[in-house]
Amino acid sequence: MTIKTKKINGKELEEIKARNIKGNTLDGKVKKYKVTVHLGTCGIASGADEIKKQVEKEIKEKELKNIIFTTSGCVGFCSREPMLTIKEPDNKMITYYDLDEEKVSVIFKEHLIGGKIAESLNPINSSSELVSFYKYQVSRVLHNRGEINSFRIEDYIAKDGYKALIKALDKSPQEVIEIVKESGLRGRGGAGFPTGIKWEFCKNAKSKTSLKYVVCNGDEGDPGAFMDRNLLESDPHSILEGILIAAYAIGAKKGYIYVRAEYPLAIKTLENAIKQAKGYGLIGEDILDSGFSFDLSIFQGAGAFVCGEETALLKSIESKRGMPVPKPPFPANEGLYGLPTLINNVETFSNVAQIILKGANWFNSMGTDKSKGTKIFALTGAVNNVGLVEVPMGMTLREIIFKVGGGIKENKKFKAVQIGGPSGGCIPEEYLDTPIDYEKVQEVGAIMGSGGMIVLDEDTCMVDFARFFMDFIQDESCGQCVPCRIGTKRMLEILTRITEGNGEEGDIEKLEELGKMIKETSLCGLGKTAPNPVLSTIKYFRKDYEEHIETHKSCKALHRKAKIKKV
Amino acid sequence: MNKKAIKEEQITISINGIKINGSPGQTILEVALENDIFIPHLCYDPRINIQGACRLCLVEIEGFREAVPSCITKISQGLKIKTDTDHIRNLIKLNLELIVSDHPLDCLTCESCGNCELQDLAYLYDIDQNRFRGEVHPKKVFEDNPFIIRDNEKCILCGRCVRICDNLIGANAIGYAGRGFDCEIIPAFEQSLKDTDCIFCGNCISTCPVGALQAKPYLKKARAWETKKIQTTCPYCGVGCQINLHVKNNKIVNITSDVGKNINKGSLCVKGKFGLDFVHDSKRLTSPLKKRDGKFEKISWTNAMGSISSKLKEIIKNHGPDSIGILSSAKCTNEENFLLSRFARATIGTNNIDHCARLCHASTITGLIPTFGSGAMTNSFEDIKDSDAVIVIGSNTTEAHPVISYELINQVIEHNLKLIVIDPRKIPLTKYAYIHLQQKPGTDIAVLLGLMNVIYENDLHDTEYIDKRTENFENFINSFKEYSPEKVEQLSGVIKDDLIEAAKVYGSAKTASIFYSMGITQHTCGTENVISVANLAMMGGNVGKKGGGVNPLRGQNNVQGACDLGALPNVYSGYQYVEDNEIREKFEKEWGKKLPPKKGLTVTEMIDGALSGKIKVLYIMGENPMLSDPDILHVAQGLKNLDLLVVQDIFITETGEFADFILPSACFAEKNGTFTNTDRRIQRVNKALNPPGEAMEDWKIICRLSEKLGYNMGYSSVSEIMDEIAKVTPIYAGINYKRLNASPLQWPCTGKDHPGTDILHAKNFARGKGRFMPVEFSLPAENPDKKYPYILTTGRILYHFHTRTMTGKSEFLNLIAPMALAHINEEDGRDLNIKDGEKIRLETRRGKIEAVAKVDGNIKKGVVFIPFHFAESPANKLTNPVLDPKAKIPEYKACAVSISKV
Ligand SMILES: Cc1cc2nc3c(=O)[nH]c(=O)nc-3n(C[C@H](O)[C@H](O)[C@H](O)COP(=O)(O)O)c2cc1C
Ligand code: SF4
Ligand code: SF4
Ligand code: SF4
Ligand code: FES
Repeated sequence: MTIKTKKINGKELEEIKARNIKGNTLDGKVKKYKVTVHLGTCGIASGADEIKKQVEKEIKEKELKNIIFTTSGCVGFCSREPMLTIKEPDNKMITYYDLDEEKVSVIFKEHLIGGKIAESLNPINSSSELVSFYKYQVSRVLHNRGEINSFRIEDYIAKDGYKALIKALDKSPQEVIEIVKESGLRGRGGAGFPTGIKWEFCKNAKSKTSLKYVVCNGDEGDPGAFMDRNLLESDPHSILEGILIAAYAIGAKKGYIYVRAEYPLAIKTLENAIKQAKGYGLIGEDILDSGFSFDLSIFQGAGAFVCGEETALLKSIESKRGMPVPKPPFPANEGLYGLPTLINNVETFSNVAQIILKGANWFNSMGTDKSKGTKIFALTGAVNNVGLVEVPMGMTLREIIFKVGGGIKENKKFKAVQIGGPSGGCIPEEYLDTPIDYEKVQEVGAIMGSGGMIVLDEDTCMVDFARFFMDFIQDESCGQCVPCRIGTKRMLEILTRITEGNGEEGDIEKLEELGKMIKETSLCGLGKTAPNPVLSTIKYFRKDYEEHIETHKSCKALHRKAKIKKV
Repeated sequence: MNKKAIKEEQITISINGIKINGSPGQTILEVALENDIFIPHLCYDPRINIQGACRLCLVEIEGFREAVPSCITKISQGLKIKTDTDHIRNLIKLNLELIVSDHPLDCLTCESCGNCELQDLAYLYDIDQNRFRGEVHPKKVFEDNPFIIRDNEKCILCGRCVRICDNLIGANAIGYAGRGFDCEIIPAFEQSLKDTDCIFCGNCISTCPVGALQAKPYLKKARAWETKKIQTTCPYCGVGCQINLHVKNNKIVNITSDVGKNINKGSLCVKGKFGLDFVHDSKRLTSPLKKRDGKFEKISWTNAMGSISSKLKEIIKNHGPDSIGILSSAKCTNEENFLLSRFARATIGTNNIDHCARLCHASTITGLIPTFGSGAMTNSFEDIKDSDAVIVIGSNTTEAHPVISYELINQVIEHNLKLIVIDPRKIPLTKYAYIHLQQKPGTDIAVLLGLMNVIYENDLHDTEYIDKRTENFENFINSFKEYSPEKVEQLSGVIKDDLIEAAKVYGSAKTASIFYSMGITQHTCGTENVISVANLAMMGGNVGKKGGGVNPLRGQNNVQGACDLGALPNVYSGYQYVEDNEIREKFEKEWGKKLPPKKGLTVTEMIDGALSGKIKVLYIMGENPMLSDPDILHVAQGLKNLDLLVVQDIFITETGEFADFILPSACFAEKNGTFTNTDRRIQRVNKALNPPGEAMEDWKIICRLSEKLGYNMGYSSVSEIMDEIAKVTPIYAGINYKRLNASPLQWPCTGKDHPGTDILHAKNFARGKGRFMPVEFSLPAENPDKKYPYILTTGRILYHFHTRTMTGKSEFLNLIAPMALAHINEEDGRDLNIKDGEKIRLETRRGKIEAVAKVDGNIKKGVVFIPFHFAESPANKLTNPVLDPKAKIPEYKACAVSISKV
């Protein structure tokens, strides 16, 4: 890919947009179809690269001139990869899934050459059954998914990309912050801290050297979570634009995007996006002739869960061991190299451009009292439709699982839904009408977290399930503080012996005693939330524990296992 | 914490209902500990920033939902704190049970039993050892080095050793590895500590709360409760660290230092921690020796005193008292130096007394007296934390004054100090420097003038200060005007942009100080170097205020004291001139003796005198000119030429070999007295051991000999000597043992109620106004040419001290640093086809020596460095004896040399 290197201004941005829309518009004759193969990490893992090659081969061999061929990131329906979408001149979209080379040939023969939808492949269109997966979702953060080629900045610009930046640069930093504050946007990295207020803290923080930093947290270490990876792969510029606006608002000149090295495609996409943005002068000196300058680099993390914790992440950028440090001081005051640092999650940044472009009221018209906008979840486990979903805040868990998720697989009974990953908790049937809302979710013993959502059916052993997370946490603890390092180990040992049928009387009480102590006294969020899966399962599923201890039976004997799969 | 700040602003909190005051910035834990309120803590060490890892120091605060770790929580007005609720007690107990559940409970055999913080807490909280027992860290021992044993089975992962090593020592030798329960602390890359950057300072041991880190040399020597612990002052460098000698059966079985207390806050270097085994060396002298037919034989004290005194009497009679030269010692106590000065002046009747300060810091005196009026370090160690910028010039602090470099490194890492290093070598401190100016040896003045020029051009000089506090600035300006950064680059090789940046950092810092050492003083232009430093400091308005100053780092433990107490040919104690009649009369009255009215000879002049026959006798107490003086072949000839050479020492030194009589003396651990360290701090030396055999304290030897010579000094204890010092020495007037036993005092301390002085020249300069003095840049006396194309510079290394009289006897130190390494630049190495580890020959106009090459990028091209400690590679065979004309200090730091492969 050749990189344009011409510093542009606002007017030229409009021109690029116009040109690109023209080049992509289908007229039904010269350009009849737009074919997009969805090349996320999930898609590639299921063979999307072969599908892409096959499509290219077919176009070449059949000398088809009326097709615009492109690629994009994942469209979220991960259990149905590989997929491709055909756009018709009337903007109708038809998505084919579970593809193989044979099916591609059918699509070419019947649809792209024959002109008729290949009904035999049961594609997703408005009348399909699977459409419910999309129907209840709202595409705000994911509005570009499947629609743009994430390796082309022009595609993003054509979708009003970088317009928000122009708008922001016309305002004072404080005005930008006010809009974000008014929007009610809260951090999507887990804790839900009001984003605008964090920006304001950071803007007002005194820097020893006048330098400040912006850091984007793309560590995403939760087992089962892949929201941020998806965003990085499918719409990198929306993240860059959010970061740029934030940097302008707080007065930062340098930024880092922290991405785990296990996300090679995300890194490749991002590298390309940064290069292209630099090529247009959207990152660099005197951006869009505004006088605002900003430099951005990628930092590849070693992939430890604890490095997602903000203070550990900053240490890691400083080339030190990723170990959390006590707060205060908060990063907004003393962050990277001791200087004020704004750190937000990938999804948080992805929300920003649209808030600036469409206004705070557009954003906060959706959601609950205190949780506004939408939230992306990685829906996995025992549901029919596994994938990445964006739903409005306030939607109930039941709606997500049974409508978007299409209900429990194999018609089994629902047992619990786990949200918040290793820091979160399990919610039973009786609380399924809890709406997606930071506070409400916490009230029932879970946390919003970054967006992992695992649905469990009746066959799951909750002790084994809690053990799975404790095992994960015990491996990922940075090891510096006593409650987390030794406490979680002892909890794990107790859980293991229970699941193996060797539990003892008093073990549940020991788990509770340790759990409370670890929560109260650990240094960082990892330890402070680590007992949640155990404590919440003891609270709602104490029977599972007691049954093990009383019968001295192992999970195997009880035919129950934890079911977690990273997509 | 700045004492003034405490007075200005007080924060009142209550702990368990008791009202307590603290100052802003203090944590709850600090305030509690200060007030003897118990809060358990295992990861706190006052030397370094908190980590908050052990989670034991929990307290309840009114209005907080959860328990709060007190070590990371700063106090604020009105906080109501409880340390003793059931909830807190339960949390702490559970935490301790968890720690103990992963700890081998082998207190019976553990080295730290009786000295273990975990043991104490387990006892106090009545811990159930088994409730949570599960998987444990297996035994895993790292011991492949002479000094330190790490056993990770016992490590409780408090992280203190790592933070000490990273944030205080700057060695980064150890670190965390693994995650979760398997987390552990290991030497970098899991190699032997020997292969890391560990400098074996032992400070990780000093901080370890349990038995995971042990000092190998002190293993299995005694249980904690069997030993007597005596605090005293370390006998090595001028920092004056306080050490504890743990003694059992008249043997030192361990050395520690109290964490958080005293000047060194519990930190030591490898010499203080591990290098004191010379005390018990089998070669210690145990009886007086007399040379007969070229061989030493034992004689009794009575015989020795008799023979020496009659010989002295005879020579005085025949050649006059000025044919006798006396060398005092920077290793001996203040009291002994004072006494030897009295011995020279009153007993013998000559002012020919000097000591090795001549060889190190005479130019500090000749440079600082005319500019400031006093020749000592202006500020205190504690001030480093108040500096925004520090220049270190001509001091390889890390190796020569390790504990000061810890403080500098700590301030850089934890508190944003900007450090500027000016040195021809990439000394270890450069790793922490904001800028390193790497000049050619001998071009310091050019660099300093360049700095002043940039500061002036950028208007960064403190005009108000210059107007009010100083004089002669107008005349001075011209002296630096032509030293543009370009010209300085040409002269010194310092990159011009770096010079400009360094000047800006120093010039714009709120307070900045300058530390220097022998790299500045040991030149023919040593005095000018020092004056330039003084000029620069005055331009920045940095003299007389906290965090500022000009701070010469004195090399030996008591070199400051030896000068203060009059072991100099021109002054009595307290820098009172012998040629001043009034002063001389005061001393004559006190000592009841007529005193010689003319100043005496310096060390170098005495050696010359010995050669010319003018000096017949040298009486040397604890010095080793055979290694320390320049051009030692010349020294040897001088010594051979003497009629009588008497040496008082703890070993037979290279100089002792030439002696007619050697008198065995007690070492620092075997005597009482005081040392004055480099920041003018007078500290107690306490007797911990009886001297070996018939060895005797130096002061007793002097008294005895004096008596034999018919002059009874009449002291019965060192404390009486100090009382006399106080009586005749205004700057020591307020000093006595009672006060010193409570805490050290910094001179000037002019009366019984005077608190001592931490900052000199605070209101006025000692001479009234600070005087700017123009200096000219000149090249070193000897410059590279065709035959000798390289510049040789000399200095110290960490593992040895001075002429190795003490460190040479340390088994452990010599395992690490057994020989002299000549540092040469890798490009030069390539040109000369010399590889790392190869034997090379260095030759100057005066002589040649052999050494092993250390080839790397740390030294500037064209320059060779060798340490001066080693008799096998005596650097001072090579050095140039040309003297600074004012200070009479030799140019050790630059001469021309040739290098060849052996
Ligand atoms: C153990 C742990 C792991 C975390 N991992 C992530 C992560 O992967 N991504 C993320 O954005 N935030 C993570 N966080 C939260 C961050 O510390 C931080 O709150 C967040 O990045 C702030 O951004 P936000 O305000 O936009 O949510 C983690 C926190 C903890 C305690
Ligand atoms: S809670 Fe766990 S991860 Fe966090 S600092 Fe403590 S040991 Fe490390
Ligand atoms: S001895 Fe000193 S340098 Fe070596 S590991 Fe311990 S603290 Fe670090
Ligand atoms: S070795 Fe000692 S000081 Fe270091 S972490 Fe372990 S217990 Fe703490
Ligand atoms: S002393 Fe406070 S956490 Fe260790």
